[in-house]
Amino acid sequence: MTAGVHETTLGLDHRKLGMWVFLGSEFLFFGAFVSAYILYLDATAGGPGVEIFDIPFTSISSFVLLMSSLTMVLAHNAHVRRDMRRMRLWILATAGQGAVFLGGQVFEFTVFYKEGLNLTESPFASGFFVLTGFHGLHVFIGILLLLSLYSLTFTGKIKPNQDLKTEMIGLYWHFVDIIWVIIFTVVYLIPDLAMEA
Amino acid sequence: MSQSTMTTGRRSVFSRPRAERGFTSWITTTDHKKIGIMYFFTVLVFFTLGGAESGVIRAQLAQAEMDLVTAEIYNQVFTMHGLTMVFLVIMPLGAAFFNYIIPLQIGARDVAFPRLNAFSYWMYLFGGIFLYSSFLLGGAPNGGWFGYAPLSLDNVSNMAFYAVGLQLLGVSSLSAAVNFITTILNMRAPGLTFMRMPMFIWMSLVTNFLLLFALPIIAVALFMLQFDTIFGSQFFNPATGGDPILWQHLFWLFGHPEVYIMILPAMGIVSEILPVFSRKPLFGYAAVAFAGAAIGFIGFGVWAHHMFTSAIGPVARSAFALSTMFIAVPTGIKIFNWVFTMWGGKLRFTTPMLFSIGFVSMFTIGGLSGVTHAVVPHNAQQTDTYYIVAHFHYVLFGGALFALIAGVYYWFPKVTGKLMDEKLGKTHFWTWLLGFNLTFGPMHMSGLLGQPRRTAVLPEELGGSVELYNLLSSIGVAVLAVSALIFLFNLIKSIRGGVASGPDPWDARTIEWLSDSPPKHYNFAEIPTISHRDEFWHRKYAEDEAGKPVAVPAGASEQHVPDAEHAEGDHDGHHIHMPDPSYWPLVMCLGMFPVGYGLLGPTPWLIGIGVVWVLMGFFGWIIEPVAEGDDDDPVVEDPAAPRSGVAAH
Amino acid sequence: MSTTETHDPAQAAGGHDDHHPGPREYVRIAIILAILTALEVSTYFVDFGALAVPLLIVLMGIKFVMVAGFFMHLRFDTKLYGRFLYGGLFGAIGLYGVAIVVMMFDAAPRL
Repeated sequence: MTAGVHETTLGLDHRKLGMWVFLGSEFLFFGAFVSAYILYLDATAGGPGVEIFDIPFTSISSFVLLMSSLTMVLAHNAHVRRDMRRMRLWILATAGQGAVFLGGQVFEFTVFYKEGLNLTESPFASGFFVLTGFHGLHVFIGILLLLSLYSLTFTGKIKPNQDLKTEMIGLYWHFVDIIWVIIFTVVYLIPDLAMEA
Repeated sequence: MSQSTMTTGRRSVFSRPRAERGFTSWITTTDHKKIGIMYFFTVLVFFTLGGAESGVIRAQLAQAEMDLVTAEIYNQVFTMHGLTMVFLVIMPLGAAFFNYIIPLQIGARDVAFPRLNAFSYWMYLFGGIFLYSSFLLGGAPNGGWFGYAPLSLDNVSNMAFYAVGLQLLGVSSLSAAVNFITTILNMRAPGLTFMRMPMFIWMSLVTNFLLLFALPIIAVALFMLQFDTIFGSQFFNPATGGDPILWQHLFWLFGHPEVYIMILPAMGIVSEILPVFSRKPLFGYAAVAFAGAAIGFIGFGVWAHHMFTSAIGPVARSAFALSTMFIAVPTGIKIFNWVFTMWGGKLRFTTPMLFSIGFVSMFTIGGLSGVTHAVVPHNAQQTDTYYIVAHFHYVLFGGALFALIAGVYYWFPKVTGKLMDEKLGKTHFWTWLLGFNLTFGPMHMSGLLGQPRRTAVLPEELGGSVELYNLLSSIGVAVLAVSALIFLFNLIKSIRGGVASGPDPWDARTIEWLSDSPPKHYNFAEIPTISHRDEFWHRKYAEDEAGKPVAVPAGASEQHVPDAEHAEGDHDGHHIHMPDPSYWPLVMCLGMFPVGYGLLGPTPWLIGIGVVWVLMGFFGWIIEPVAEGDDDDPVVEDPAAPRSGVAAH
Repeated sequence: MSTTETHDPAQAAGGHDDHHPGPREYVRIAIILAILTALEVSTYFVDFGALAVPLLIVLMGIKFVMVAGFFMHLRFDTKLYGRFLYGGLFGAIGLYGVAIVVMMFDAAPRL
């Protein structure tokens, strides 16, 4: 039931509150995968380990994902200002950057696979692929949501006064981004350093 | 409500369904009360199945060296018995009460996300059907309900069904948790502060937070298991350096909060029933509420006590032994509060009251045997024996189930407007109590004498007394079966021809009894304003100088006018906008079947069909009109008006 | 929280306050984030010695808080949202931290 926010107990919109409740639980989801990854850093079963990472390449795709948060927040800002033309533009830009990130991930997976790191190789490989794969799935769902948002602005389902919908998808998108901020450091940079040391 | 959609004019595939009764109205419903009723009856079906499985187990163990069923069948049956009772009976029965009671007790007209609520129900139903279909498709999971790796990785244990099926049930519970947390936080009636909330609402809130934070953990564990069994990843495979202990940690990180997920709603129900039938307010309201919250917190910090005999090391054993003993403190506080609620009260021993007292006493026994597990050396002796089986049946059956049944008797008049037969109810209670203790009491003894769990045959060398205890247990199950039939008979009889209950049969304290019984689909013609804890009681009674309750004469208080009278005249409910029914939650959930079965193979094209189906359901969901035909944001605002002075068009 | 709060309609319409940053501020924050990321990546090329890992963790924390605070509007929204986010985060760190410690210090025999 979509009651006006002024009717609710906390003065908050149900949908936004529900989204935040859900995002809170997602940390437990990714946290378990990250833990398994950390635990299995050395469990390479003789196969490739963290030395396989191409840090400069991943840095660029991480940077693209980080900047997609900027375009996302600009899309929301445009929506709040009822500037639907700009909003659509920024939404497309965000989805595009998400796609670049995903493309980078597919490329990375392919390279790793060729170099002998595959899912069934070792616990390390399983931990890496499944963790980053589930993050990639989140990005993919985010792109679908963004494209739906983009299309629905033309049908009248997303109206200029409904910036809450953009905000909700934005929250999800930023969340996926901050999870990657953690993954980039904890999964890529720190183990790579530790290995060199 | 359909009034709004009827004015819409042209109907398309995206129009909302408008049946108000009959089959379509049930499968498209978004009404929390109908969904609650559907949860309840689905639970009855699964409870029958789970009960039948326990019958097979006890028949096999009635005597030593029996071969009624093969070891393979036996393993499937005890695994499915556990899964059924935990995930398909106790949890959803709690959800049935959340659905029906939460909005009524907080003075709301529905939950925050009615369609998501329907989605949760369908996911639950289909998850259950999916799990049970395994019996026809090559055998049910047989690796125990906690699916320890590496046994669960082996194809002989059929755990693929387990990994996928529990995932579906998890999605159901997680979406329900988001829904109920939002509902309780954001949809309370005016004046219903946290410290005025009925205790059932408190316990529901804590339970749903536990669900929210525990389910993602089991989701990850199940994904890992799925990847290991289906795609050949190496999470739990010791041959390449994987660690099976990781599964145990993840499972019990979820599994222990899960225990409280099952017991806290029961504690909430009992905390509602005992005050009503003692004619006293709940003793130490704040203590009970905070003890519940404390149980929720500490419940996350005791998981490794399930693993005392696994490789976790002496430091961890000591630490978790301490935290486990510590969690008995808030539980003990609650038990004292319930006892003192009854102390000096005017007790009425109705069926719900009997079941509640049964809960307090049986749960105490289960809690005490639980504390003995916290002692590590003792635990090492008991682990994997029938002593453990006795313990967790005392808390889940003697605890959770007793209280949930008490809730059924207590709120039956609310749901149907009729009373359940008291005589049959009391027969049910006494046979239930007898059968329960006869079944699980002797297991303490047979466990201490060394009878191991999960063995298909009772070995003769354990001796005559163990055989006697097992025979008693098996007789107990027969008593329970008869008792369950009495309950079922009572239920059907009372639904068809029970005595009319009136709006307030128990002289109750909380505001769900302020609405009609059964409630109109909009619950309250006028949302009540709350000024007291036990609001309904305070509308009925004032206190005299000695502190004794005195009935307020009708009309003396302006707030006393019952809702039914309000509902006459202007407030016929037609102006109240209620969420429309929808097909899409059902359509979307149906897509989970191809996804689920596709994952077993794996069969990529089947997964593809399922994903496309789910996506179509999702788009139908977001495209269908939500209210008044064309707009779903009833915010009164000119759509084109810019917010901060910048023109949009 | 004791009574239903009634906001003025302009605010209630979207739950927004007017002191949200504008595009200019967002770009400025993004530039800071970009610099922080560059600093992170520099640890790959430059040897920071023992400082590297703490530095990376601090940088990660700053980036996290900035994205959550500005892009997700946590700084301008009700505190409750932040409690969900950080409650989930620290809950996860605590739980899994203990689990990892237990596993690392007494794991099953490995190959």
